[in-house]
Amino acid sequence: MIDLQNIHKSYKTGTNSLHVLKGIDFHVKEGEMVSIMGSSGSGKSTLLNILGMLDEADEGSYTLDGKSIRNLNEKIAAQYRNKFLGFIFQSFNLINYKTALDNVAMPLYYQGVKRAERTDKAMHYLEKVGLAQWATHLPNELSGGQKQRVAIARALASDPKVLLADEPTGALDTKTSYEVMELIQGINDEGKTILVVTHEDDIAQMTKRIVNLKDGQIIDDTRVQQVLAKNAANV
Amino acid sequence: MFNRDRWTEILEALNANRFRTFLTAFGVAWGIFILVALLALINGLRAGVSKDFGDFATNSMYVWTQQTSMPYKGLPKGRGFRFKLEDIQVLKDNFPQLTYVSPRNQLGGYQGSNNVTRNARTGAFTINGDYPDFIKQQPMDITQGRFISYSDIEEKRKAIVIGVDVVKSLYDKDEEVIGTYIKINGVNFMVVGVFQATNSDGNSEEEANSIFVPFTTFGQVFNYADNVNYMVATAEDETSITDLKPQILAKLREQRTVHPDDERALGNFDRAEAFGKVTGLFDILSFVGFFVGFLILASGMIGIINIMLIVVKERTKEIGVRRAIGASPWDIRSQIMQESLVLTIISGMCGVAGAAGLIWAMNYALDQSGPVDNFANPTVNIGIVLIALLILIIAGILAGLIPAMKATKMKPVDALRIE
Repeated sequence: MIDLQNIHKSYKTGTNSLHVLKGIDFHVKEGEMVSIMGSSGSGKSTLLNILGMLDEADEGSYTLDGKSIRNLNEKIAAQYRNKFLGFIFQSFNLINYKTALDNVAMPLYYQGVKRAERTDKAMHYLEKVGLAQWATHLPNELSGGQKQRVAIARALASDPKVLLADEPTGALDTKTSYEVMELIQGINDEGKTILVVTHEDDIAQMTKRIVNLKDGQIIDDTRVQQVLAKNAANV
Repeated sequence: MFNRDRWTEILEALNANRFRTFLTAFGVAWGIFILVALLALINGLRAGVSKDFGDFATNSMYVWTQQTSMPYKGLPKGRGFRFKLEDIQVLKDNFPQLTYVSPRNQLGGYQGSNNVTRNARTGAFTINGDYPDFIKQQPMDITQGRFISYSDIEEKRKAIVIGVDVVKSLYDKDEEVIGTYIKINGVNFMVVGVFQATNSDGNSEEEANSIFVPFTTFGQVFNYADNVNYMVATAEDETSITDLKPQILAKLREQRTVHPDDERALGNFDRAEAFGKVTGLFDILSFVGFFVGFLILASGMIGIINIMLIVVKERTKEIGVRRAIGASPWDIRSQIMQESLVLTIISGMCGVAGAAGLIWAMNYALDQSGPVDNFANPTVNIGIVLIALLILIIAGILAGLIPAMKATKMKPVDALRIE
C-alpha cells in the first residue's frame, strides 16, 4: 500500500540546512496498523506530512497504492488526498461554524457528491462513531473525545485507503484516549490501513507494528502483540 | 458555481463575524450611495438650469449694430448705422437653413421713464416692435386673446399684446382687458392679447413688463421707418447657428457697407453657444461626480480587500484543513472571491437602494414645496445604476483577488501548523 524508498528531506533556515529525514525506507501493506514513534525533532511529523502529500520529499520515491507521488501539482495532490487519505489531527481541526454533520460531509463536498447523498453518507459515519444524535451540534458544544470522533468520521467519509493520525490522543485524557483508540482499532479490523504518529507508549502498543525514529532514521521496526483498547480501559 | 452549498458556505462564513461584515459592507454601501446621490444631484441641477432655458429656440442668435471701427469705401470709422428691413429678406433668401429671421425694435426699457398711460394710471414698460414669428423663437403663454398676426403687420394695425405685469399695473382686478385701449407715447392702441413668459432666464420681470406692437405699426408710429434695432435668427435643427454665424455676419457687413474685417461693427449673442457652455459645464460636473463617487467607492473596496485579507489570515488553519481533506486551490480561491463578490454586491445594492430613497425623498419634498430655482427632478437613469453595479461586480472581483491568491500561496503543511 505504502512504499517509501530512500526518502530525504531537509529544511533551510537562513543559511543553515537542517537535514530532517536521512534516507527512510518504509513499507506498509494493506490493512496494517502502524505507529510511528520518536522524540520531538526525530522527524516523525515530517514523515507523516510527506505521506500525507502535504509536503514533498527532496529525494527518494513514494508510491501510494501503486501510484507514484512525485511532482504533483496542487490540484492533483488535492484530489489524491481526498481520494486516498484521511487525516486525523491532534487538535481535531474541525471547522467551528459548521455542524458535526457538515464537518463530516466536507470531503464529500469537495468530491462533488450531491447534497442528499452527502448527508446520508455523513450521517452513516457519524452513527459509526456513535454521535448520530449530535449531528446538528457545533464543535464547541462537543467534548474533546466527541470532537475527535467527529474528526475520525470526517476522515472516513471519503472512504480513503489510508488513515493518517497525527497524535490523535494528544489532547485527550487517558480514558477518552482509549475510547478513541478502540474506535480506530475497530476501523482497522474492517481492513483499513492506519498510521498513527504518537509519543505515548501505551497508544503505540495498541497498534500492530511500531516504527521508531531517531534523528531522521528508522532505528527500530517491530511487530507487536496488539493491546486491545477495550481491555486496557478496564485495567 | 453558485449552487446551494456555495451559498451556505458563503453565508456561514459571513455570518461568523456579523458586526465586522456589517461594517465592511457599510463602506461599500456608503461609496455607491454617494456616487448615485451625487449624480442625481448634478442631474437635478442640470434639469433645473435647462428648465430656465425653457422652450427658447436655443439654435438662435441675436445680431445688433454698433459703431464701425474701420473706414470703408469712403465711409469714416466711428459711424453709427442701422439694419434695414430689406436685410431680413436678404438673409432669408441667402440662408435657406434659417427657419425664422425676426427684426425687432424697442422703446423704453426696464428703468425708462413713464411711457404708457391708461386713464389715470401710468407706467414705464418696454415696447417691442415684432413680427408674429417671434413667439416661435421665444415662446410665451398667451393667457387671453392672441399674439400679433400677419394681418396686423400688413394693415399696420394699432393692436398690442401686453405682459401680465402690465395688466397688474394698469387694470383693476378682474377688469376686462381685451378690447380696451392704452396710450403709448400718446398714441392709442387696442389690447388684443395678454402673455405670460414661460421661463425666467433671469429676467422674467422685465419680460412680464413688456408690450408687443406689430413691427410695421411700430416703425410708422414711432418714426423708425424701415430701421431695425436688432434681429433674431433661428436655424433649422440640422444646422448649427454657431457654424452659420460667420457667414451671416459677413452678409450683413456687405449689406451695410461695413469693412469685411470690422468685427466690432456688429454685436451678437449666440444662444446655442451659451447653451452649449452650460451643457458642457454640466458634463464636466457629471464627470466630477463620477470621479469623486468612484474614489469613495474605491475606499470601500479597499475596506473589503482589507477585511478579506484578515479573514484569510484568520482562517489560514481552516484553509489548511480544507486542503488536507481535498479542497483544490481553485476551490479555496473561488470561495474567497465569491465571499467578497457577494459582500460587495449585497452592500452595493443597499447603497443604491438608499440613494434611490434619498432621490425619492428629494422629489417628494420638491413636489410639496413647489419649484426651487436651478434645481428640478433629481434622477439617475437605469444606465447609470447598471454602470454602478458593473463597477461593483468588478470591484468585488478585484477585492477578492489579492486575498484569494494569498490564501493558497501558503503550503498546506505550513497552514496547518499555524495556531
